[in-house]
Amino acid sequence: MLSYDLIFHLLGLCVVGAPAVLFATLGLSTLLRQRPLTERTISRCSQTAIVIGLIASVAILGMMLGLGRRHVPINLGTWVHIPDYHFVVKFEFDRLSVPFAILTFVLCGTIGAFASRYMHREPGYNRFFVLYSLFLLGMIVTSLSGTIETLFSGWEMVGLSSALLVAFFHERPAPVRNGLRVWVVYRFSDAALLIASVVLHHLVSGGDFDKFLGTAPWPDGKAAISGYEALLVGLLLLAAAAGKSALVPFSGWLPRAMEGPTPSSAVFYGALSVHLGAFLLLRVSPILQLSPLLCVVVVLLGLTTAVYAALAGHAQTDIKSALCFASLTQVGIIVAEIGLGLRYIALVHILGHACLRTLQFVRAPTLLQDRRILENAIGERLPRMPGFWERMLSERTRIWLYRFAIERGYLDSFLNDYIVAPFRRVFTWCDGMERRSTDLLTGGKSRESDRAETASGPLEELL
Amino acid sequence: MTDLHLPWLEASILVSLIGALVVSRLRDSDEARRWALGFSGIALASTIGAWLDFHELHVVEADDCWHLMTYIFGHEVLIIDQLSAPLLPLVALLYFLTALATLRTKIRRFSFALTLLSEAIVLATFSCKEPWGIIALLSLGTIPPLLELIHRRKPIRVFALHMGLFIVLMIVGWRFVDLEGGDQQRVHSLWAIIPLLLAIFIRSGIAPFHLWMSDLFEHATFGTALLFVTPIAGAYAAVRLVLPIAPDWVLRSIGLISLFTAVYASGMALVQREARRYFCYLFLSHSAFVLMGLEIVTPTALTGALCVWLSIGLSLGGFGLTLRALESRRGRLSLTDFKGLYEHAPALAVCFLLTGLASVGFPGTLGFVGTELLVDGVVEAYPYIGIAVVLAAALNGIGMMQTYFQLFTGTRYTSSVSLQISPRERFAVIVLAALLMVGGLAPQTNVKSRYHAAAELLHEREGVSGSPPVEMEMLDEDVPHDEDAHHEHEPEKGHK
Repeated sequence: MLSYDLIFHLLGLCVVGAPAVLFATLGLSTLLRQRPLTERTISRCSQTAIVIGLIASVAILGMMLGLGRRHVPINLGTWVHIPDYHFVVKFEFDRLSVPFAILTFVLCGTIGAFASRYMHREPGYNRFFVLYSLFLLGMIVTSLSGTIETLFSGWEMVGLSSALLVAFFHERPAPVRNGLRVWVVYRFSDAALLIASVVLHHLVSGGDFDKFLGTAPWPDGKAAISGYEALLVGLLLLAAAAGKSALVPFSGWLPRAMEGPTPSSAVFYGALSVHLGAFLLLRVSPILQLSPLLCVVVVLLGLTTAVYAALAGHAQTDIKSALCFASLTQVGIIVAEIGLGLRYIALVHILGHACLRTLQFVRAPTLLQDRRILENAIGERLPRMPGFWERMLSERTRIWLYRFAIERGYLDSFLNDYIVAPFRRVFTWCDGMERRSTDLLTGGKSRESDRAETASGPLEELL
Repeated sequence: MTDLHLPWLEASILVSLIGALVVSRLRDSDEARRWALGFSGIALASTIGAWLDFHELHVVEADDCWHLMTYIFGHEVLIIDQLSAPLLPLVALLYFLTALATLRTKIRRFSFALTLLSEAIVLATFSCKEPWGIIALLSLGTIPPLLELIHRRKPIRVFALHMGLFIVLMIVGWRFVDLEGGDQQRVHSLWAIIPLLLAIFIRSGIAPFHLWMSDLFEHATFGTALLFVTPIAGAYAAVRLVLPIAPDWVLRSIGLISLFTAVYASGMALVQREARRYFCYLFLSHSAFVLMGLEIVTPTALTGALCVWLSIGLSLGGFGLTLRALESRRGRLSLTDFKGLYEHAPALAVCFLLTGLASVGFPGTLGFVGTELLVDGVVEAYPYIGIAVVLAAALNGIGMMQTYFQLFTGTRYTSSVSLQISPRERFAVIVLAALLMVGGLAPQTNVKSRYHAAAELLHEREGVSGSPPVEMEMLDEDVPHDEDAHHEHEPEKGHK
């Protein structure tokens, strides 16, 4: 006779295992086989994994509702254990993680079906689906994680797949540069999360959410750290969330991410990935509760992002950028809601917003067609009425605001001029000093690599 | 001391030496490669045999049976212990895979005889615990790259100056240690410690003593430079020569300087304009991580450093082999433009990413847990400065992706010959990738073994001035052989 716990355990394994098996199948076939799998096989594998994962997660939800259980931990054992350190692989099904997992399966399933047609005969079809499966796995692991280390693992997978998908059309330099920019921001947000994880390890001797967020089911947990510690850890987690959700001052990467294929833009930056920071804040909301100052910072950051994104979104000249800023506006509001302690509202806001935005992104390529249909229907150009602010503000202010918006708040320029450029200058100077030193020791020119540009050529030239 | 069931250590070294001799007499490069592969393969099998045999014995250290070395030197020189047990197969694997993945375009320039000689020396170094033996072997180890530089008529001054200084400092330092009562005497003067410290800095490439490393990558063949640095012999010297005798404050100073080097090298890697130099700085940053963790004498940091040592040996070894494979196809690789090689060699691109990600501690790879442990230990030791290690790891990750984009993306490179990965290269990179993934998905065995090695190292430090007694808990029933094993250090027990 199967006990309920065993059924939960088996279903939980299906939820996490299906994306893992999908990624392993597609990844290994790329590495080991001379020829990639056919489009049909890839598409079927994706659909099967999504359907299994979705059915299992809905079944878990049904059982939780039926049995009145609000918290189902599934422990897959201790992955690493030495006396001062242990790493438990644990997944938690609760009111936060289950809706997020179901949302992930639904949206990834929809986009997977869409992409199998949209990407038909695209040279990187296989590559797209490998990265898509990595993203799906990362999302599921992050959503269901029961320890901060597991969350970090999923978080990194999402980051890697996102950066590589932004650079998907890698024959052109622009997507590649944008992919690198996304990766840079993600690495710093990952670093903040890693530091937070280490600090928590030291504070509560472990990374289990139960230990530092309390054993009560979400959102009723009571964090087991002091107010000052909560502020320190909370700020680190906020930095991580800001990077992942493109909050100010990291918002510059979001429009750049639109260089990727439309299906990935839709599901990643419009719907799921962009909400991951908000999800993290929801998950650690018992920590936020401990520090009013931290809550104020969260609200201010959310509102600043919302205002910034609303402003920038109005000046965008392409539909994907406009949609991404619209998306960011809502994410900013969601973050502010979390700071205000409105957790269920924030969760519902995430779910609704993600679905709406996915639909809008998927429809984006047909925007002109839609507009034409509308104009044909009414027999004239769509009317454009001046907005409230347009009437209220002077022309000079409007021009200033427009420049601010079209330059996306000068955030990219700020990061380039005040962080990247000085960094490069310092290390280029160091490189120059090293060159002088080795030249001096060698008694002549010491670097063969200077000739790399002229020396490199096709193989036949070397033979 | 317990004996292994077969003389694995002596076999691995002897086979490499015989191989060097045989291969040096062959004129045909193809034939030389085939023989070198055979000898290197046997050496690899011997080291794996030694590791498994040692694992089965459940002791802290063991030596070869039949005691050939005792007849020659009067005592056992070659010993396998918790620290060296996995390092020996790692070194042998790197040599084997490098020989295997050497393409025809490179076999005339790459000396297989010197490579086998170098393999014998490195295996002997990692099997030796005798201080003077280690000093002699580390000194000998500098000769094969030097010979190659001379043979290729490349500038040798930078390399020779650094290595000469390294050897002199090691000899001077240990002479003082001997004069002050040898390593049994736990307190030593700075006259003994400082020269040893500087020697370790030079061999490990700690800034500002790292110029020889970039110079070696500039002028030697990629394979030789790769094999000279990837085993991280400097860290081995630090563990054997400095760790047992240096006071805590000295170790902490080394840790801080290594931390600076890790950040500096990761920043330097980002501004490099050529792939070899980039690899050199990336490696430098990672090896500084290892040294830093080793010198923070806490169980967590030490375990993390030993895990990272293994993981970067495999991951950066694979990363270097991937770059070398690309270099065989395109010549020296500048990083100032996009090369567009993805369509030609997608498998190499995947391996590049996989090994690169493993080196920066991406989840699911061998490097992940080691990096977590190391960061944990460093932050514990230096709560604020320690965060720099996370910064360095982030910069390394950025550099890795930047290089990936520069090499594999961009307008598709056109070539009239196939640039596909060869079956040998595919085998080499898949073996490394599989080890990285399997080690990453099931890390406990590796972490446990490294924890035991850390326990042994801390045990050896007991009584050193300034070093607080460290209590290491036992893990489970297969560990406590330590207690029995500690007795085996006692000379009166003799051979079992």
